[in-house]
Amino acid sequence: MSDKNITCECGHINPYGTEICEVCGKPLQGDLESKKLLNMRYEGSARRSQTYKTTIIDKIWNFFSSVKVGIWIIVLLLVASAIGTIFPQEMYIPPLSDPTVYYKEQYGVLGQLYYDLGFHNLYGSWWYMLLIAALGLSLIVASLDRFVPLYRSLKKQRVIRHESFMKRQKYFGVTEMKENTANLQEIKKALENKRYHVKEEDGHLFAEKNRFSRWGPYVNHIGLILFLIGGMLRFFPGMYVDEVLWLREGETEKIKGTEEAYYLQSDGFILETYDNNDEKFKNAIEESGQAAVAKNYQTDAVLYKQVGERIAGTEPKLEKVKEHPIQVNKPLKFDGYAVYQVDYKLNELQSMSFTMDNKETGESVGDLTIDLYNPDKSYDLESGYRVEVMDYFPDFEFNDEGEPTTKSKVPNNPAFILNMVSPTHPDGEVAFVAIKQNLEPLGENDYKMSFQNVDTKNVSGLVVRKDNTLWILAIGGAIFMIGVIQGMYWNHRRIWIRRKENDIWLSSHTNKNWYGLKRELESITSQTGLQMPMDQAEQKK
Amino acid sequence: MKKKNRLIVRTVILAIVFIAVGYTFYTNFFANESGIVQAGDQAPNFILTDLEGNEVELEDYRGKGVFLNFWATYCEPCKDEMPAMDKKYKEYKEKGVEILAVNVSEPKLTAESFADRYNLSFPVLLDKSNDVTNHYGVGPIPVTFLIDKDGKVVQKTEASLSEKVIDSYMKQIQP
Repeated sequence: MSDKNITCECGHINPYGTEICEVCGKPLQGDLESKKLLNMRYEGSARRSQTYKTTIIDKIWNFFSSVKVGIWIIVLLLVASAIGTIFPQEMYIPPLSDPTVYYKEQYGVLGQLYYDLGFHNLYGSWWYMLLIAALGLSLIVASLDRFVPLYRSLKKQRVIRHESFMKRQKYFGVTEMKENTANLQEIKKALENKRYHVKEEDGHLFAEKNRFSRWGPYVNHIGLILFLIGGMLRFFPGMYVDEVLWLREGETEKIKGTEEAYYLQSDGFILETYDNNDEKFKNAIEESGQAAVAKNYQTDAVLYKQVGERIAGTEPKLEKVKEHPIQVNKPLKFDGYAVYQVDYKLNELQSMSFTMDNKETGESVGDLTIDLYNPDKSYDLESGYRVEVMDYFPDFEFNDEGEPTTKSKVPNNPAFILNMVSPTHPDGEVAFVAIKQNLEPLGENDYKMSFQNVDTKNVSGLVVRKDNTLWILAIGGAIFMIGVIQGMYWNHRRIWIRRKENDIWLSSHTNKNWYGLKRELESITSQTGLQMPMDQAEQKK
Repeated sequence: MKKKNRLIVRTVILAIVFIAVGYTFYTNFFANESGIVQAGDQAPNFILTDLEGNEVELEDYRGKGVFLNFWATYCEPCKDEMPAMDKKYKEYKEKGVEILAVNVSEPKLTAESFADRYNLSFPVLLDKSNDVTNHYGVGPIPVTFLIDKDGKVVQKTEASLSEKVIDSYMKQIQP
């Protein structure tokens, strides 16, 4: 026990820092005779933060206990969050654009500054997350530091309150009793009719209602803390997945984020549009100004599960789970995951067909189809004709040294170096074949490759999602709302009635809605013949 | 007594919050690429086919140092280090250091003609579906893992390597 505790004249020992005795309500600080209204915040209890300042733990605790600090954290968060909306965040700039130049190009010097200061990724930055963490800590510490003493003093309060306490309430009135007009039981009844819990002691009354309303803010803070915990859980393994998956028709790909267990195959991507000649839609389509209006984006997907152990690089053993057409807002759902249709690419090159022609006669000696994702080394055309692929550049360009090279592995601009073998040229003739290009780098050839057509495939843009934090966010949100309602729609009201010789003293307090309390007091006093108490705050003006 | 309890309660609450926030920061800023293979890890086993169609399994190289390189023909820095790698390969092969050059999902033909043009003598492995590349958490290439004779990753580097550096790396994993 600290020797700094304050013993009240009623005998109760209050913690150091208490302003109003927890039990009898006697003001413990300042002039007892003062007429000034009491500060009833937290019942004048000792907020612990203001008392202990010894160890480093206490110092940290006290810092975060301060409401002033809490408000500063909120202000900083608000300002930072607002700054994050000035220019788009990095994840929202067009894909494949380089953020180092994008911000400058689009928004000039300010954009460059925005990027340099790291605001392009503001909500994921360490300092923003630190602010959120500080807010969470502030919520916990400040709430705990206020809830515990408040709970204590409301629990310990006694029926009979100190005279000075009563005199210094906002509503205070004295009724002179002539011939015992006011009957205590009558008053009690009137209070109970207003749904007050009334306690009696030695002919004094204490009426109280809706104390639970005082816990509203703390319940609300519990909800907020749960919400923050939910946000934090996203960073824990297995809780949150948000991955992009590009899937070509006919391909089977591992679904990212599912720890290798699942594979997805596309049986085709469908883009349907409304019929422009349909009477029903004709006008609407014309009004939209678009050439065509999309009706359906769909990936016909097959889900597989990998069975057994697998060494990386080897073919997985797959077991079919289900088929599902993935449409916008109709995701494929499995095992807590959902795969959504979000994007598409139409007519991506898949293969190219050529014929090998005799230049002189114009006659074709055979045809071949080259798979652009996996070309063969050699294509046999029978009767001594053959085409050998000497080199392949899926995304062809000339590099700085003038050599043919590829920019990427995607066949955006395929080019081949082909060797055409014929009975007349058993060693072959070399041709460079690209889209709309046909070169003969080693001299005039007798044969040529003639482009016939291309085969294309559609690619689906899908997103894999999993969010195991939603339930905690929902619970947090619900508790938050319960706290708000609890604190907002009820008021904690107390009325003290004390006999003093021939007088009856009445004082009253509420944590909000003084007008409501006043109306209740008017009703009670008019029923019982008591004097309506004065509004002492009003009187001073 | 009361005061002491209060200090304990405060310490516990602060500790819980600091640990939770610390863990979040750790996963978010220091280990956000989960599943990535780092120095000190055991190198995950894999089986890939080389240009001749032979299956190559990493575990078969236990007892030797493995210079595991991820590359592609469209990656200029990868091309730059190839001749030096080939030269050092010839020198260190005798001393028990192997090079495995994993091509990141290009067509076999592209990889093959590249290997021919550069006269590469070390095995080039084809990672058709990016499987091993993803398994090793390889993002931008080139990436090289130095694996010692016990199959442990000694070092991971994302730089294009000079002959001198390759030499020192090979010495490092020489059994």
